[in-house]
Amino acid sequence: MSAQATELPLGEAQDLEKIKKQVVRQQLGFEDYLRRGLFVLIALGLFTFMIYPLIMGLMRSFQDRTGAFIGLTNYINYFASATTRESLPNSLYISVISMIFTVILAFLYAYGLTRMKMPGKRIFQGIALLPIFIPSLVQALALIYMFGNNGIFTRMFGINISLYGSRGIIMSEVFYAFPHAFIILSTALSLADARLYEAAEALRTSGRRAFLTITLPGVKYGLMSAAFVVFTLAITDFGAPKVVGGNFDVLATDIYNKVIGQQDFQMGATISTLLLIPAGIAFILDRLVQRRQVAMVTANITPMGPKRHQPLVEIIVYACIILMAIFILSVYVTILLGAFTTYWPYNMSFTLKNFTFYVAGTHHRGGAFVVLWTSIKMAFATAVAGTFVVFFSAYLIEKTRGLNFARSILYLLSIMPLAIPGMVLGLSYIFTFNNPNSPLNILYGTMAILVISTIIHYYTVPFLTASTALKQMDSEFESIGESLEAPFYKTFLRVTVPVALPAIIQITSYFFLNAMVTLSAVVFLFVPGKELAALSVMLLDDAGETAQAMAMSLLIIVVGFTARGLFYLLTHGIERTTQAWRVR
Amino acid sequence: MDQAKSNGKGPYLDVQHMIKTFGDLVALNDVSLAVSEGEFVCLLGPSGCGKTTLLRIIAGLEQQNSGEIYQAGKNISKLPPRDRDFGIVFQSYALFPNLTARDNIAYGLENRKVPKNQIIERVTELLKLVGLPDVGHKYPAQLSGGQQQRIALARALATSPGLLLLDEPLSALDARVRITLRLEIKHLQRRLGITTVFVTHDQEEALVMADRIVVMNLGTIEQVGAPEEIYRRPASPFVADFVGAMNFLPGSVAEDGQSIQVGNLSLACSEAHQIGRGAAVTVALRPEDIRVDVQLPNGGNNIGKTQVKEAEFLGAFYRLTLQLEGYSDKPLIAEVSNNRMRDMSIQIGSRVFVHLPPDLLRVYPGKVGMHA
Repeated sequence: MSAQATELPLGEAQDLEKIKKQVVRQQLGFEDYLRRGLFVLIALGLFTFMIYPLIMGLMRSFQDRTGAFIGLTNYINYFASATTRESLPNSLYISVISMIFTVILAFLYAYGLTRMKMPGKRIFQGIALLPIFIPSLVQALALIYMFGNNGIFTRMFGINISLYGSRGIIMSEVFYAFPHAFIILSTALSLADARLYEAAEALRTSGRRAFLTITLPGVKYGLMSAAFVVFTLAITDFGAPKVVGGNFDVLATDIYNKVIGQQDFQMGATISTLLLIPAGIAFILDRLVQRRQVAMVTANITPMGPKRHQPLVEIIVYACIILMAIFILSVYVTILLGAFTTYWPYNMSFTLKNFTFYVAGTHHRGGAFVVLWTSIKMAFATAVAGTFVVFFSAYLIEKTRGLNFARSILYLLSIMPLAIPGMVLGLSYIFTFNNPNSPLNILYGTMAILVISTIIHYYTVPFLTASTALKQMDSEFESIGESLEAPFYKTFLRVTVPVALPAIIQITSYFFLNAMVTLSAVVFLFVPGKELAALSVMLLDDAGETAQAMAMSLLIIVVGFTARGLFYLLTHGIERTTQAWRVR
Repeated sequence: MDQAKSNGKGPYLDVQHMIKTFGDLVALNDVSLAVSEGEFVCLLGPSGCGKTTLLRIIAGLEQQNSGEIYQAGKNISKLPPRDRDFGIVFQSYALFPNLTARDNIAYGLENRKVPKNQIIERVTELLKLVGLPDVGHKYPAQLSGGQQQRIALARALATSPGLLLLDEPLSALDARVRITLRLEIKHLQRRLGITTVFVTHDQEEALVMADRIVVMNLGTIEQVGAPEEIYRRPASPFVADFVGAMNFLPGSVAEDGQSIQVGNLSLACSEAHQIGRGAAVTVALRPEDIRVDVQLPNGGNNIGKTQVKEAEFLGAFYRLTLQLEGYSDKPLIAEVSNNRMRDMSIQIGSRVFVHLPPDLLRVYPGKVGMHA
């Protein structure tokens, strides 16, 4: 072997090892530096507004009130005290029970709508999706109006189901998580391969056996994914336990009580960390399951249409679906009535005065509509900024040649927010931004911090939407652009963005609708004058002004539905104007 | 746009000692290749042989571990794709779906700040060139696969690049469209005189289109040559088997040092092979080169007796499976025209003679484990 070892064939092992490590690097130009700069910028943003605050929060859980390091003392204190240690098992209990109920009910509902022949499918589907983008505390409030000590059903039938406590929380969570589980299971059920059922039928398999051997295994990952999502929603939820939990403490309400009630930030941080653990585990398991689900979907299938079942099965499933739909609708009717009722249920006369309330801090600036307007502004800013950041970072990750390490780091940072409960994020922001010694302090108490926390809180789902949309695009668009000497930002604006526009609108709408109802992260961050809608529902309920809380809830729902309608029209309009080139 | 082209001074595109690994996989193992100006070169090989990787490295879309590329005498090894001079067409067309055919073709011209009226002129000219003067206003989704690929070709040619790279451009098309389009591309290339590298796994495409074929396997080049040369004189059993069909008969070099003993047949062989006496060899012969007859051909060598085991009707001809007498190894495959079949009235079970022409036999050292 001569000095020019690299130019010899890869005959010998040591040459191979040496050559594997080397690579001919291309010269970097303006575009390459720009791209790298944007990578750094986005990674820095996610670090500053997610990783760094979490570290601050974690550190606080190892400190005492003076800031001295005390090791695990806070954790020991948490588990030593009979009053605090309840909340962890309580949280796990309500989450697991909610998970079981929600998955069973949503499966029944989705199975009926995807696999059975029945009238009114579109209506039932619409009803199932109603509770999405409605804050959980609004639903809890409606349940109180229906089943509370003075609830309308309690009085009508004389049965008190003792709603306050775990029972009320579980009912609210099931209701709140139902549409999420329904969407996942509908998708899983509609992806079945009809040929499997035809083969089963040819072998004279009974319907029950086909269900157990084909249907259930086929939606295995969908069921698991739905279970993890419901579990996560339930364990991280703050609104419902706050309103209907009574003396039944869960981790989320415990954090709130420690921080807001007792100013015990250390214990708040400790409980936060405890909440992060189950949420993180559910997140990791869900990621693993979803990866398998994707592998199943890519297979070539003949779609499965609805089929007739045994009459008894059809009647039972249909009856269950109708009952569930009636229940969902009755919750909305309750909110509608409650908002216009003087004093439920004693004085049922019609009134509009519930809309002219005063929340602490909004005294001199008028009632519900001021709060609502603040919320809309915040949601709008979140939607615009969030869409921009999320779509662009997904673009950088999906459509960059090389830079594999930077891409995987940014990807990891982008899916992490899903594992972080809102309460944990909000509290960690206090530690980071309410600190006079930190330059980040200038953000404290501003609208910007509310927007940023909301973007981070809801980052992952839109990010995955953007990733999927970008993955579906031909991977050679960028190569073609480069070969034609177009700068990457030109191809991005001229081709990528127009082609991905439906996904971009979906992202904007997701951010907007969630920002309208967000509570858990901003509950620690608002300052008087910047109350948001869902927050004022909680404050009004705390103050005993339930009727006004109902009025505010109704407004949130109305804005939500209006926004969904507008986004629908926008998507529809775009689809119409671009139908000439969209491949259907 | 128009680079100074190397006139007669060495190759236009020169790939030297290219090495590329993906993890533990060696995709290109010291590959060197020179392409003359105006030449149409096909990279041919099975999937995973490294042909697409080589094309992408030439384009700069993949970075090599080591090796150099010269284009028109200039070292382009370290240039990013946007600084190289090539047009590229992919199997997926990769037409921008939201732009009309016209805007797709104009995309590269706009980036070079060509005046608007010149762009319009050039695009019209290109639409005519690819035979689609009337579809300029249409979106890709409104065009057939063949039309889309022509537009993609026009887009790649719009800026008059010095090098055209085609990555399996016909593989996604229907068989009929493929056959017309491959001729059109060939004619267009000849007319424009543009140096072209074409990647394909379809041997017929390569034989029809290429001036020169580069057969690749497992990251190395097996043979480079004109289509006829590749077909007639495959340099290795791999090439023989991959391009066209081939009979492989295991045997050994006879005592005279030249003819080959296969079973109890002693085969004369025109090609001087320089393989030592008694060494194991493999004799190769194309199915269409075997002469089949019911009567003993007079005075010839290389004649064997066989029995017909199978006769498949393939439209224009029959493919016969013949078992050589006194030879237990694989049967011979021979192709016989319909006319000959009728004249000889061959049926399954018939006994026929085969003549294996000495000048068409190829001899490879060692035993080949491949099936013909």
